[in-house]
Formats: sequence, C-alpha cells, structure tokens
Amino acid sequence: MAEKIIVALAGNPNVGKTSIFNAITGSKQHVGNWPGVTVEKKMGKRVHSDVEMEVVDLPGTYSLTAYSLDEIVARDFIIEEKPDIVVQVVDGTNLERNLYLTTQLMELGVKLVIALNMSDLVLSKGVHIDEAKMQEYLEVPVVSTIGSTGNGIHGLLDTIIERSSDKRVYGNTFDYEEDIEVRAEELEMILEKDPYFAHYPSRWFSLKLLEGDENILRKARGSESYPKIKNVLDNLDPDSFESRIADQRYGTIQFMLRQVCDINTSHLSGSDMVDRVVTNKYLGIPIFLSLMWAAFEVTFTFATPFMNMIDIFFAWLGEVTVSLISTDWLSSLIGEGIIAGVGSVLIFLPNILLLFFMLSIMEDSGYISRAAFIMDRVMSRIGLHGKSFIPLIMGFGCNVPAIMATRTIEDSRDRLITILVTPFISCGARLPVYVLLAGAFFGRDAGVVIFSLYALGILVALLSAKLMRGTVLRGEDAPFIMELPEYRIPTLRSGIIHMWERGKIYLKKAGGIILLGVVGVWLLASIPVPGSGGQFASGDIYGTTSSLLGAIGMLIEPLVAPLGFDWRIAVALLFGVVAKEIVVGSMGVLYGAGTNEENLAGILAAGAMSPLVGLGLMVFVLLYVPCFACIGVIKRETGSWKWTLFQLFYGTGLAWGLAFLVYQTGSRIGLLS
Amino acid sequence: MDERRPDEMTLDLIEPEISVKVLKVIGQKSSRKRILDMGLTPGTRVEVIRRAPLGDPVEFKLKGYNLSLRKKEARTILVEAPEQVPE
Repeated sequence: MAEKIIVALAGNPNVGKTSIFNAITGSKQHVGNWPGVTVEKKMGKRVHSDVEMEVVDLPGTYSLTAYSLDEIVARDFIIEEKPDIVVQVVDGTNLERNLYLTTQLMELGVKLVIALNMSDLVLSKGVHIDEAKMQEYLEVPVVSTIGSTGNGIHGLLDTIIERSSDKRVYGNTFDYEEDIEVRAEELEMILEKDPYFAHYPSRWFSLKLLEGDENILRKARGSESYPKIKNVLDNLDPDSFESRIADQRYGTIQFMLRQVCDINTSHLSGSDMVDRVVTNKYLGIPIFLSLMWAAFEVTFTFATPFMNMIDIFFAWLGEVTVSLISTDWLSSLIGEGIIAGVGSVLIFLPNILLLFFMLSIMEDSGYISRAAFIMDRVMSRIGLHGKSFIPLIMGFGCNVPAIMATRTIEDSRDRLITILVTPFISCGARLPVYVLLAGAFFGRDAGVVIFSLYALGILVALLSAKLMRGTVLRGEDAPFIMELPEYRIPTLRSGIIHMWERGKIYLKKAGGIILLGVVGVWLLASIPVPGSGGQFASGDIYGTTSSLLGAIGMLIEPLVAPLGFDWRIAVALLFGVVAKEIVVGSMGVLYGAGTNEENLAGILAAGAMSPLVGLGLMVFVLLYVPCFACIGVIKRETGSWKWTLFQLFYGTGLAWGLAFLVYQTGSRIGLLS
Repeated sequence: MDERRPDEMTLDLIEPEISVKVLKVIGQKSSRKRILDMGLTPGTRVEVIRRAPLGDPVEFKLKGYNLSLRKKEARTILVEAPEQVPE
C-alpha cells in the first residue's frame, strides 16, 4: 500500500520553480484556484519509490508578509494545511536574496528541503557552493538540481521521501539581537499557554507580531491573551524592529555565505551586458517595439497554413455530412450547425497556441520584466504599475487568462483598473472578425486597418485607466519594486507545456460556449416566427425575417441604425456576446454564405455591406461587451457584479459612441461608402 | 528646505554607475517592508545601474541581483552621500 504525502513547492519568482514542478509531475498536473481567493493553484502527482506525492506549487514570493495576496496564500497554506514537506527552490546564482525566504520558512517550523537550482549556471559563473557545509549550517537537506534538464530530480525525490519519514524536527533557528529575543520569548510564552494559538508556530508568530504584521495582529486581537500581547508590544517601536529583523536575517545569511561559498558580486554578468543594449536609453524602446512586432508576426504568419488546413477540413466534412444525410433539417443541423461550430472553435487554436508560446518565451527569458521596466513610465502616467503592462500584453492572446494574470499586481486598485480595461485589448477571438471584414473591404490595406484597431484598443484601455484613476478609483499609486532577473535561455519544453495549458483552457472555456452559440444561431434561424407559415429548418425561412432570429434583430435594429447597422448585424452582435468569433459564424449564416468565409467575404464586398459600416462594425466588436467567459472571469476576479456591469455598460457605451462617430463622419464626408 | 544632514541623500538623487551605502528606509509601511525584504537593509551597498529609457524607473544592483524602483520609492531610501557629489 503506497503512502501518500503532500509536498509544497516554495521559492522566489524567476528561480525555475515551474520547471522543477514540471520535471517532478510531468503531464500529471491540473490548474485550479486557491479557496476564497483568485490566485492560481497548480497541483500535480508523482509516485516515487512507492510513495505517492501530491505536489502543490505555491505562488512565487520573496518573503512571507501580509502585503501581497501571493505571500498570504503561500503562508496560509503552510500553516493551515501543514504539508509534509516544503521544498524551497533556490536560485544558486543568487543565494543571498533567496535564503531570506529560507529563514522565514525555517521560522515557520516546516520540514524543509532545499533544491539548489541552476547548479549548472552557478558553475559557469565560477562560483563554488559547498553544499555539505550549507546543509550542516542550515540543518536542512540541500540537493542540486537543474530544472531545465531535469538533472537531480531523482535525488530530490529520494531526499523528500527520506525527510518525510524522519520524525525529528530540526532545522537551525536564527538568533536575533538580545532585546528582540527577549521580547520574542515573552510572546512565545504567552502564545504557548493559549490554545487559540495552538495552530501557529509560536516563534514565527512572535516574530511576526514584533514586525508589526497586520494580518497576524488581526488574528491576535481575536484571542483572550491579547491584552498580554499588547502589553509586550506597547513598549517597543515596531518600525525599528521590522527593519532590524530584516537586517539581521540578511546578516545571518551573509555570515553563512562567507563560509559556504565564494560570492562574486562585482563582476559584470552576461545579463548586464545584454541590458546595456536592451534597456538602453535610445535602443530600449525600438527594441521593445520590434520584439512585440516580431512576436505578432510569428504568431499570425506561422498560424496561417494550419488555419487553412482546419478550414478546408471542416468545409469538406460539412459537405460530406450534408450529402450523406437525407433528412433536410438534420443534415442542416449537423453540417451547418455542429460541424461549422466545431470548426470555428478549432480555427483559432493555432493563433492562441503560438501567441502563448511567444509569451512564454518572453516570460522565461526574463524579457517581460524588462518590458515592464521600459513601459512603466507610460503606465505610471495613467496611474498603473509597469506590471499592469504584462496582463495587457497577454490580452492580445485572450482576455480571459490576461485578466487572471492581473493577480501579479499587488495593489487592489491597480488590479481592478487593469481588469476593467483589459477587455479593450483586442484578443485573438476578435481577429477573425477583422480578418473577414478588413479582408473583404480593404484588400491590400487590411493589415494596416487591423493594426490600427489593435492600436485603438490600446489607446482606449490606457485612456480609460487614466479616467478611472482620476474618478471612480482615485488614490495613491502602488509602490514599484521589481526584480530584473538574469536572462535565461527559455526551454522548448516549458514553452510547449505553457502553450498547451493555455490551449486547453481556451478549448474548455470557449469550446462549449462557441459550439452552443453556433447551434443556437442555427436553431433560432430555423424556427419560424409563429404565423409566418414557414416550416422548421426549411431553406425558405432560414435566417430571414420570418425566422425567430430575424424577428429579434428587427426588434433591436432601431438601436443600431445610427451606426449604419441593420438587423443582421444586430443579431450577429448579440451572438458575439457568447464569444466574439461567433460574429463571423453567424454572419455567414445570416448572409446566406454558410460556413465558407470566402463566400461571405465575397457577398459582403459585392455590396451587402459598405466598407464604412464594416469599419464601424470592427470598432464596435473591439469595444462592446466582452464574451461570456470573459464576463465570468471579471466577476470572479473583481468579486463584484457592480464592477462587472460597470465594465459592460462602459464598454458598450464607448463602442456605440465610436462606431457612431465613424459612420456619421464617414458618410458626411463621403468616405468609404 | 531639506533638513537632512549634509552627508545623507536619498537614493533617487544618485547618478548611474555610483555605488552608495543604505542608511535607512523611510516611507509608508507596506512599501518599506517590501523594500527591506528585497535586501535594502541599512548597511547594504547599492549601485545605480541605469535609468529606464523614459527616465523612470531606475535599475539598481545589490546583493548580486538587479532591482528596479521608481524614483518615488528611491526617494524613501536614505543613503550615505557619495564622496564626490556630482554637481
């Protein structure tokens, strides 16, 4: 019978924690959420020497304070769930700052194992780390690993198992200066007598009280011994204790490092040399823009042949099905409804996969923090953090994970604003609408038109953030404290895992909804309006004003008439709320083009719609109500229907206003009509 | 208007390629705690590497790694004035 243990993975950001997690769990992992909060929780399983390990990937943190959601999640998991083992992944090339977290994990009294990662890079830097000495000093097992190649993972797993069956509690505790120790001991005595605190490691809790940790103070206030605690705390200056505790933790680390390795902080690293160019005063911005452009080009150029293949395959499948099924309505349902629906889900997969692959390269290489460094000035202008730039970039792939990525932003106001404006960043699902309309109306200039729409989305997002910062979400800017990690060569493996993870989320989240939407359109377009005398699913009423769908469109037509839109566009837009790419599918049905996009483009270009209306429609699709999946995530991440509805009304109002401007101005001066 | 001692400066005023010693972190609790956690404790040597292309934030090197702070945060870090004050 296999034993089962829980292993938590902790560590600073950018230390290769994810690659260690991937190397341990392989493909057996799933992504969820931490209960009550919206921080992503990754879990995976691994059986090693007959022991089943449940591996939990804690959020990457530098410390365990109460000032960031990630840090609270990590420390609460350790305290509440009491994992059997905590593995801290430590970047061997940056021991001093990494070990700061180690001191806190040890104070938490966990059974710790250190994975000394990037040991290959340590060697290449000419630094020698004496692991045995380090192990002896910390009283914690230390195992060398190379996450990117999986070296040392076996040894790490052996050590985890060995350590988990070892009943002794050990691990060095660090001593602070006398007066801190005296206070800490006083507090420890109070805590140990009160069963209310039985749950918490008393030394850690005492030190946190001395540091003035708000979260811990709040917990202490609920106890009966609080007056005694307060008595100890009242006689000291928490600010100076906080600073001295941090200082002495670093002091202890420095003392140890002098014995354990030869630190070489003064030499110029490869990263520094790269940064001389990449974040250079004159070259930084052009390089940034060209990299963004290159990522874009790769994503869309490489995807084209795959998209064509998918397109051809589903068109063929649809035709075959229609010819095989003799019942009219059934062949129409399957051929024009379901198969077309599945096709319109899959057709964007190449784009989404490639975009996330590119984002993963930028993230793993360390460039994305340079992007935040370069762009922070712009973001701070509108009251946001350079880090808000990252979710906004992700928004180009899909707003759903982008909104989820806002959890890296510590300040809740910054986070809320970023969530509210991210839907204006043109996601991959909006692209097919532009491709269709710009392709149909603007021929060779289609690329320019599409690029302008992306630019418009960015502009609207930035201006809206500025507006919200000054009105509904006024307040002090959050601090900007960001590491610029060393550049690393991103691995193909990690890129592929990341890409696949996101692809899966897209298929799961969007797939069903899109399919339902397309079949829904088919149904509504096939159900005759009562009294019209039409027959269900007959070609005569399909998508005409005699169908239910047409009737709904007619009803709301007056609302969009000032934008030059007719009832068919109104219907397509309604269904676009299910998922924006459905706009294309439904237009295909409504304009009688079926599943063939080229046919649809031909019909539109031949006069079914004017180029001006097409342009206004693209602007409208860019800004109006995001898709259901996106609405769901906004609700989840903001935790408020009020803000969710605010986003929907604000966006749709803006969409209407700008499309109105495009159409009215254009037709006045006789442009594109 | 500045009542600081002449041998004290705030980190935002230090020019690139100059390295200084941290004296004290002032400022609001949440940002001060983060700054301390990142290793900017009293006595630490910090080198100013460069300013971002648009002038802000600023990149620093300390404890063998690179950190960026906005000038606003750097203003909350008191440092020893360098030997030759750039004028």
